[in-house]
Amino acid sequence: MSTVYNLKREVEKPARLTGGHRLCAGCGAGVIVSGVLRALNKEDRAVVVNATSCLEVSTFMYPYTAYMDSYIHSAFENSAATCSGVEAAYNALKRRGKVEETVKFITFAGDGGTYDIGFQSLSGAMERGHDMVYVCYDNEAYMNTGIQRSSSTPRFARTTTTPIGSVGQGKKQNKKDLVEILVAHNIPYVAQTAPIGNFKDLHTKSYKAIYTEGPCFLNVLSPCPRGWDYPMAKLSEITKLAMDTCVWPLYEVEEGVWHLSYTPKKKLPVEDFLRPQGRFKHMFQKGNEWMIEDAQAYVNQKWERLLEHTGA
Amino acid sequence: MSNCLSGNEAVAYAIKQINPDVMGAFPITPSTEIPEYVANYVANGEVNTEYVTVESEHSSMSVCIAAQAAGARSVSATSSCGLALMYELLYVAASCRLPITLACVNRALSGPININADHSDSMGARDTGWIQIYAENNQEAYDNFLMAMPIGETPSVRLPVMTCMDGFITSHAVENMELLETDAVRKFIGEYNPENYLLKRENPLAVGPYDVSAYYMEHKVLEAEAMKAAKARILEVAAEFEKISGRSYGLFEEYMMEDAELALVLIGSSAGTAKAAIDKLRAENVKAGLVKIRVFRPFPGEELARALAGTRAVAVMDKSEGFSANGGPLFAETRSALYDLKVRPYLIDIVYGLGGRDVKTEDIEKVFGRLADIAVTGETQPVYTHMGQRSKEEIA
Repeated sequence: MSTVYNLKREVEKPARLTGGHRLCAGCGAGVIVSGVLRALNKEDRAVVVNATSCLEVSTFMYPYTAYMDSYIHSAFENSAATCSGVEAAYNALKRRGKVEETVKFITFAGDGGTYDIGFQSLSGAMERGHDMVYVCYDNEAYMNTGIQRSSSTPRFARTTTTPIGSVGQGKKQNKKDLVEILVAHNIPYVAQTAPIGNFKDLHTKSYKAIYTEGPCFLNVLSPCPRGWDYPMAKLSEITKLAMDTCVWPLYEVEEGVWHLSYTPKKKLPVEDFLRPQGRFKHMFQKGNEWMIEDAQAYVNQKWERLLEHTGA
Repeated sequence: MSNCLSGNEAVAYAIKQINPDVMGAFPITPSTEIPEYVANYVANGEVNTEYVTVESEHSSMSVCIAAQAAGARSVSATSSCGLALMYELLYVAASCRLPITLACVNRALSGPININADHSDSMGARDTGWIQIYAENNQEAYDNFLMAMPIGETPSVRLPVMTCMDGFITSHAVENMELLETDAVRKFIGEYNPENYLLKRENPLAVGPYDVSAYYMEHKVLEAEAMKAAKARILEVAAEFEKISGRSYGLFEEYMMEDAELALVLIGSSAGTAKAAIDKLRAENVKAGLVKIRVFRPFPGEELARALAGTRAVAVMDKSEGFSANGGPLFAETRSALYDLKVRPYLIDIVYGLGGRDVKTEDIEKVFGRLADIAVTGETQPVYTHMGQRSKEEIA
């Protein structure tokens, strides 16, 4: 990789996720997958592994695959174990002289397939130390089944299993801090990123994850116009607001050392991120001011904690 | 060469001789020894298998599916709840047409939790699209495992194979048995050269699509056709195996069936007990016989009907309770198979041996006693009963 990132040069590479897939307009997932796969060196092959998800049903509907690389989907909760199996096969076949070239192994799963049902499989694969990258495209709910809450859904968010009613006020619990849990696995590289701006952050972190030996994990913010209830043209705007309100900080942990990747020039109030999204609409009703205050306090607390880690 | 091995060691030794590319390993009683033995082969450099110590059987089967799809010969071993945890993925393995080999050491399913033998685990997986081959003893456990790959990997079949043996009774008991030379095994198994696989350089492959209703049915019909084709391949492989081993195998084994009037149909280690009982009854001029089912999937329905056509009364002995309230799974298959006969024997079902409950030669003799009565009176009621459980009075 050239030391200077150049988006124009990167997008001139042949696309590894081709157009014509069935993801919604304004969905973060396709942008993320393209962005991560672009970080592969041109000459290297990859096997893409996918958990059952919007991404899976939209990119590999028989008989059409959107991937130029080999691809495997097996089930919802086992994408990390599946990637382990492909990597194990690669090691075995390479040892026996049946495969010669470099092949990289990249898994994509949503937050449901990562934070929840695929959590055990992920933890096992990370602990075993397979040479693989696990990418969670985090859209903060089970979107493929129609917007149900996951342990990644933020507090107060409306989903179809945390509806707003005379008593219900959205999700009761805060989002699980998965990145910290992955850091606790003592793996070589863990990062949080988002498809933002010229995609430099996503690209750089993807490259590091792919070309660092051992298990690496990327948590990538993936706005969902259906689930978050925003106009689909606003993908990059919503993403930017998540950065600038510190709701979704960009950072990485290399060999246990934390680095902050982005500090907003001016930290915006959390309501700037919440307001454009229908899933938080009830928070702006009269009498619910405490929700926004609570949300702000939580973001502040997490941000301070991150700054302590990074020493920034 | 003659050796003294437990069933688990025999299967592990088969794995050593095959030297598969990948093994998914997770402990569960009573199959734990299989991955343990293989771990030692790996540690001693006797195999160079990629040995993946997963965190669950679910991941063990996931690893095997992915590795096999990637072009690697993959194996695993499990029992009971381990097989149940794999359940979803057993279907995935079969539908992706991946010829994985799994040693299932049969054990009762929870609950209540129990570690001893019955067939509830593999019977629960009978509709997953896996070929199922059952062993009576250690020799058969070893032989069946060696035959699994040539059966499963053949292009007309391309299905995963589960080789089953009874937990503890077969897996832990040590018996004299014949092992093949490793060179002969390797020659018999051959190289795994799939037509398409994920790591093939020339042609990237996508596995596991979202299959809409416009295609799903065609794929399932192909899978069903493969299972039908497996029957002929199993016999072909058995014939090849006989050439190198001198041991003959069919879809089932018939014992004293030439002139049998009363017969049992059962699976697994109880066959040894049944044969001993039949020998005794034959000495008393009772025309008793046994059909020991070896291949349960694909089910040899037509062949079994022919084997039982000349009998007067048959008892199917199910070592699992299917909770259908209409008899166990082997009974359902057998009764269905007999339907097309013009003249059918009387048929009953006896569920026995659950959770390791012992079955003795006297128990088998009692079953034949009942069959003798049925042959005379034609009275089969109750058709479906349990054997070996204590009565309330006995427990009190």
